[in-house]
Amino acid sequence: MDALPDHMRPERSFQGFILALQRFWAEQGCVILQPYDMEMGAGTFHPATTLRALGPKPWNAAYVQPSRRPKDGRYGENPNRMQHYYQFQVIMKPSPPNLQDLYLKSLAAIGIDASVHDIRFVEDDWESPTLGAWGLGWECWCDGMEVSQFTYFQQVAGVECAPVAGELTYGLERLAMYVQGVDRVYDLNFNGREGADKVTYGDVFLQAEQEYSRHNFEYADTTMLFEQFRMAEEACKKYLAAGWRERSNAKEHLMALPAYDQCIKASHVFNLLDARGVISVTERQSYIGRVRDLAKACGEAWIHTETGRAA
Amino acid sequence: MPDLLLELFSEEIPARMQAKAVDDLRRMVTEKLVAEGLVYEGVKAFATPRRLALTVHGIPGRQPDLKEERRGPRVGGAEPAIQGFLKATGLSSISEAKIQTDPKKGDFYIALIEKPGRPAIDVIAEMLPVIIRTFPWPKSMRWGARSAKSGSLSWVRPLHAITATFGLETEDPDIVNFSVDGIEAGQTTYGHRFMAPAAISVRRFEDYEAKLKAAKVILDPQARKDIILEDAKQLAFAQGLELVEDQVLLDEVSGLVEWPVVMMGSFEKEYLAIPDEVIRATIRNNQKCFVVKDPKTGKLTNKFVLTANLEATDGGKTIVAGNERVIRPRLSDAKFFYETDLKTKLEDRLPKFEQIVFHEKLGTQAERIKRIEALAAEIAPLVGADVEKTKRAAHLAKADLLTEVVGEFPELQGLMGKYYALAQGEDASVAAASEEHWKPQGPADRVPTDPVSVAVALADKLDTLVGFWAIDEKPTGSKDPYALRRAALGVIRLIVENTLRLPIVKAAQVSIAGLLETGTQHPVVDSHKLPTDLLAFFADRLKVQLREQGARHDLVDAVFSLGGQDDLLLVVRRVEALGKFLETDDGKNLLAGTKRANNILGIEEKKDKRSFDGAPDAELYKLDEEKALAKAIDQVKSEASAAVAKEDFAAAMSAMAKLRPAVDAFFDKVKVNDDDAAVRENRLKLLNEIRAATRAVADFSKIEG
Repeated sequence: MDALPDHMRPERSFQGFILALQRFWAEQGCVILQPYDMEMGAGTFHPATTLRALGPKPWNAAYVQPSRRPKDGRYGENPNRMQHYYQFQVIMKPSPPNLQDLYLKSLAAIGIDASVHDIRFVEDDWESPTLGAWGLGWECWCDGMEVSQFTYFQQVAGVECAPVAGELTYGLERLAMYVQGVDRVYDLNFNGREGADKVTYGDVFLQAEQEYSRHNFEYADTTMLFEQFRMAEEACKKYLAAGWRERSNAKEHLMALPAYDQCIKASHVFNLLDARGVISVTERQSYIGRVRDLAKACGEAWIHTETGRAA
Repeated sequence: MPDLLLELFSEEIPARMQAKAVDDLRRMVTEKLVAEGLVYEGVKAFATPRRLALTVHGIPGRQPDLKEERRGPRVGGAEPAIQGFLKATGLSSISEAKIQTDPKKGDFYIALIEKPGRPAIDVIAEMLPVIIRTFPWPKSMRWGARSAKSGSLSWVRPLHAITATFGLETEDPDIVNFSVDGIEAGQTTYGHRFMAPAAISVRRFEDYEAKLKAAKVILDPQARKDIILEDAKQLAFAQGLELVEDQVLLDEVSGLVEWPVVMMGSFEKEYLAIPDEVIRATIRNNQKCFVVKDPKTGKLTNKFVLTANLEATDGGKTIVAGNERVIRPRLSDAKFFYETDLKTKLEDRLPKFEQIVFHEKLGTQAERIKRIEALAAEIAPLVGADVEKTKRAAHLAKADLLTEVVGEFPELQGLMGKYYALAQGEDASVAAASEEHWKPQGPADRVPTDPVSVAVALADKLDTLVGFWAIDEKPTGSKDPYALRRAALGVIRLIVENTLRLPIVKAAQVSIAGLLETGTQHPVVDSHKLPTDLLAFFADRLKVQLREQGARHDLVDAVFSLGGQDDLLLVVRRVEALGKFLETDDGKNLLAGTKRANNILGIEEKKDKRSFDGAPDAELYKLDEEKALAKAIDQVKSEASAAVAKEDFAAAMSAMAKLRPAVDAFFDKVKVNDDDAAVRENRLKLLNEIRAATRAVADFSKIEG
């Protein structure tokens, strides 16, 4: 790390911060993946977490996932709420016995020194009604600020996790703001340079926040979205039905991943409709239930695939 | 005698679960020890975020030997029976059995079985794994590679180490040998996660507690609380300020740290423009920090007290600065919410309630508010409240549910309504009702006294009760999802503690009418029976309430059994007077006499298959005692009913007392079942009159004893 140029140091640049985390988890044996190429509300939706958490085969991965939460848009006016932000996601299956220690070491790697910071594991049970998933764990606090989520998955997509996977989710912007000492996300130094060469988070994303807030709350085409939800749901079911095969007394599935893409799609379209305020309170539950049904069916398919099943 | 030390070392246990876990561990271990004949001298249990610990002092080294006699087959009985007996008792031949002679049934074999006690450490090694595997965590989880197999251990969070030692104070203790899901019990634990993470070898409780302390872990939760509270008070005092104590927060914070380090931070004074309660909710709920007030004004100051889990190498500067950086935007949000809320008048929020469903069968919140308004207006004159103010208060009371601050901090509902009502210039009573109409929330909560608040509070609760009764969503068993028992108790306390006269049945009828008007699309289940059903529910609640206060619940039955008792205040007064009367000799004897009359009547009514209603015929009285009783009954009846009419139940009871000598004399001298059928009938009618007379105050047949 000593050889690191200043502009790459995690406390100086947002990109350096991400690279430091990737490097740390690569050293722990994780495969470093790239973001999934679909819109999703959280890194958990990435098939590398949702599907790979299922089944007996070991799996260690880390990746950045852009996360879209249409309702959280604030037209770029709130210092730390955005409809698009980055999560850094780590998944280790089975959860290693020293996962807490690894997490703390990862904090040290991004410049959070446990001898001066008050780091705490505060109860936070995680549940995703749309994914049919739950786990127990904590919010990780640094000096009173929530900086990560730490979860031992017990069930995902309606399937019991055996073995259990440990999941870490870092809110990258918030952590980077803390480490860089800035109070407004758009003031984050993105590339670690100074003067004319400096690129801020605002330079990269402020306009997008304004435009997408407008889109999400005011203009997103709801007729199209309702139709897209319906189509994604139908397609998901169609691919699932088409993927089942009988092979030597065992069922297997050949299209879990494409089917799951449609589940991701339905979930994001629902979030957009929700932001547009066109889904009533009672309908809301039913939409969530429909996405969950897709997720569960995908989970069931996945554990009958080559990667998802036992040996 | 030897001591046991047990520690279960895990990842962070949720703060809210620690106290119960301590109790459960203590209870499970000691119950098992006692059940195994190991009677101990003392026990202590503790929790920190990372460990549950227990020490049991003075356990016998061995279980006592057990001797048991088991009765076998008859002497000379069938061979298979004898063989079975030998097998069951472990005797090698029947000659080892004793023979017992039973005068009725003949001679039997008796086996004396001696079960030698086992070493306590072996018994403990067997019981601890069972306790760990069956530990009642509210939520538990699996983890790690072993979770791939079924039957793997579940614990609140991953369990890493078990320390279990057993032995005498003077000797090196032994390790209790057992393992749970691959974790071997030993004598190694660990200190503070950051300040002393190294392994520590422990022998027994005394060195365990001391070594932990040296490794920056304070084992005893109470000691941690004392430190936090004392240090927090001291920090505030040093600045001429006063800590706002908060027991619930203290309990939680002490469960989040192994080594409490208390520090003070501050925020910008501009945030003090936010109501104190909002500042406190922000800092307490989100940051688990205490707030600090100025003892001279009683108002909050711009300081807060945080509890870290670390003696930081920079003296805590970074931690304080970090917490301040988190609290600032939180307060900034709260201030923004509060100021945004002030820009909209409460009544302008109400149309939104038309879109919000209260319950799918009970219409929208807007409809409910309309009903509450109408009912509160009816109740207002009965409780001495100004009708117009009451209507206005009911109109606005729920509006704050739609404000930003209440959305963020639901526990501030009502209070914010009051602030916003005052800010828009509402009458003080109207504003107060926003907060007070939610009360009382539980048995310990204050009951409002301002008549406007009382009227709205009653209307709110009655509308809830009547509504859920109407759609047949009554509480059953332990299920009471709409907190209807609490609502009924609230009504009772509002009425009784404010000495109000409110006929429940009539109020319920008004409420039903409102329900039919606003929610006609929803059928009301049996609207005629509803008020009396509801009254019976109030009777039940009142019984529970009185029983908790030490009164006899059968007296409540005795009063409600009279019928038409829908004035809860009078019911309570009647029950009180009855209770006092039954403590006197007159009361006890009259009760005995009335019960006797009842019993006789019951038997004879059954025999004749008829009742003995109707006035007795004075011509048929043969004995003086009959005449005296008839006279006493007449006199008591008129005196008691006059007293009841004046609601003077003590006087009614004194009148009853006059009945006693005549009743006693009657049973002493008069044979009810006379041979002359007409006389017998007349006497039974007289007995019926006793019953009727006592019904002026209560149905004595419902009174126990």
